[in-house]
Amino acid sequence: MPTFTRETVEHLGHLAQIALTDEEATRMQGELNVIADSINKVQEVASDDVEPTANPVPLEAYLRPDVPEKPLTREEALSGAPATEDGMFVAPRILGGDE
Amino acid sequence: MSAANENELVKLNAAQMAEKIRNKEVSSRELVDAELDVINAAEPELHAFLHVSADEARAQADEFDKKNAAGETEGLPELAGVPIAIKDMIVTKGIPTTAASKILEGWVPPYDATVIKKLKAAGMPLLGKTNLDEFAQGSSTEHSAFGPTHNPWDTERVPGGSGGGSASAVAAFEAPLALGTDTGGSIRQPGSLTGTVGVKPTYGGVSRFGAIAMASSLDQIGPVSRNVLDSALLQEVIGGHDVRDSTSIPMDVPPIAKAAREGYKRDLKGVRVGLVKQLSGDGYQPGVEARFNEAVKLLQDMGAEVVEVDCPHFDYALAAYYIIMPSEVSSNLARYDGMRYGLRVMPPEGVPQTAANMMAYTREAGFGDEVKRRIILGIYALSAGYYDAWYGSAQKVRTLIIDDFNKAFEKADVLVAPTSPTTAFKFGEKMNDPLTMYMSDVATIPANMAGTPAMSIPAGLSDDGLPVGFQFMAPQKHDEQMYKPAAALEAALEEQWGGPIWQSLKTPWLGDNANAAK
Repeated sequence: MPTFTRETVEHLGHLAQIALTDEEATRMQGELNVIADSINKVQEVASDDVEPTANPVPLEAYLRPDVPEKPLTREEALSGAPATEDGMFVAPRILGGDE
Repeated sequence: MSAANENELVKLNAAQMAEKIRNKEVSSRELVDAELDVINAAEPELHAFLHVSADEARAQADEFDKKNAAGETEGLPELAGVPIAIKDMIVTKGIPTTAASKILEGWVPPYDATVIKKLKAAGMPLLGKTNLDEFAQGSSTEHSAFGPTHNPWDTERVPGGSGGGSASAVAAFEAPLALGTDTGGSIRQPGSLTGTVGVKPTYGGVSRFGAIAMASSLDQIGPVSRNVLDSALLQEVIGGHDVRDSTSIPMDVPPIAKAAREGYKRDLKGVRVGLVKQLSGDGYQPGVEARFNEAVKLLQDMGAEVVEVDCPHFDYALAAYYIIMPSEVSSNLARYDGMRYGLRVMPPEGVPQTAANMMAYTREAGFGDEVKRRIILGIYALSAGYYDAWYGSAQKVRTLIIDDFNKAFEKADVLVAPTSPTTAFKFGEKMNDPLTMYMSDVATIPANMAGTPAMSIPAGLSDDGLPVGFQFMAPQKHDEQMYKPAAALEAALEEQWGGPIWQSLKTPWLGDNANAAK
């Protein structure tokens, strides 16, 4: 069975919050399975005794000096918003949908 | 200024321009005007820019010239006053920034990236924002939502990607310098395909604050230029620690301009050069291998000791990259939700008008095919049940690649390989075959996986008349170790060619064949 079934792609589209069209899901399924076949080989050399690496240049975590500075103004922070009202972001309703 | 004089001016490299500014032979404003003229003439053919910030650039140049006249430019970096183009993956206050995506079309950032602040402090005018594959995802700029960039060496071919706009702009004399971002080769591979110099500094060597995040453990901002010294000088301007980037290394920029100048003396005695066995052979175009081998011979002639190094896990780098990168992409691009900035598309009639549905329709309309493919792949790689098999394994491969580098750097001071297996390809050639497109970055990805610095310089033209890139890779935090041999090779090659590679480039947009340009 291929790694990506049609159902898998649709489910992933849902998780990704992308309303894929039928045509896209079909095309993507084929492409993803070709890619899956080629990237599966990482398992060949990833034995138990190898430690994983997340950051190639590991650093000690640090905090920047606690110096007060002027952040973005409210107006600046809202300047790119699709919709605002009374100095706030306007979002569509959260509840009342099909999910 | 006459068109002929302007053409002479724009063909100078950045360090030469800077010298003329210091000597008051030319003003920053004159340079900006000359570059804007080239941009006007070349853009219909090339489409290297998504936005030209002509007014801002002129104003910045005037401000610099005023200070320069008043003797207030002491202590500024050597490149002070020289204009630069910026990949549209880096945010610029008041100048539209899109990442070549419809989801950010029209967005004007309210802040500057750290590198932009540094350029402004250095008095370097910003000419505009250059084209790229959407969210820096691609190897040809064909994935730009606003149309591809063309390669100045052959406008029927791609300039590489994702930073094809920056590379084309610099190659075509639209700008002496540019910034790029390199996650898997997005500075170096376009460098290879356009004959420009492109550098990916050590991961953490240049602040990523204000670079639009693609894959955070791999992304790095770096310079694009027409010669090695210019890139070194630019990296010295933008590099160094930044408290706003938690992955920024708390150290000064290594002495790279000094190393480049040392390199131009063409003495490589005591330098050990490692040929990476895994980055040659199958899939590498004969013309690419020929130029590469000739260049290695030149390094040897200058006294370098050439050894072969074995990096067996490089064969797994591409596979591991195409797990780690999309995983990080899926997380980073979750922020484009139609709420606080960028595109918002409401669901069609009959579909509940909820926030969740708005997000799904916004992201469907706003992202292109390649971006969607990578998000979906990344979500899968990170999902329960597959995490260990894919993401976990890929992170282990990353360790093995770092081990390979460490072993290789016991035998060599710098590693070399072709930058890309092929020269510039034609539009459409690889668009329907993602895997073939991905292969374009097979030789550049290992350095991103290991966080090591790497750069591409032109090694000449292949038998198809197109540029070939030669890649150097150095140990982490030792970028200077690649700048020295790179500068030496550049000097040796230019002697052989009787001048820089640019003398072979036909530039009809400069009115080369007709005096009617102005």
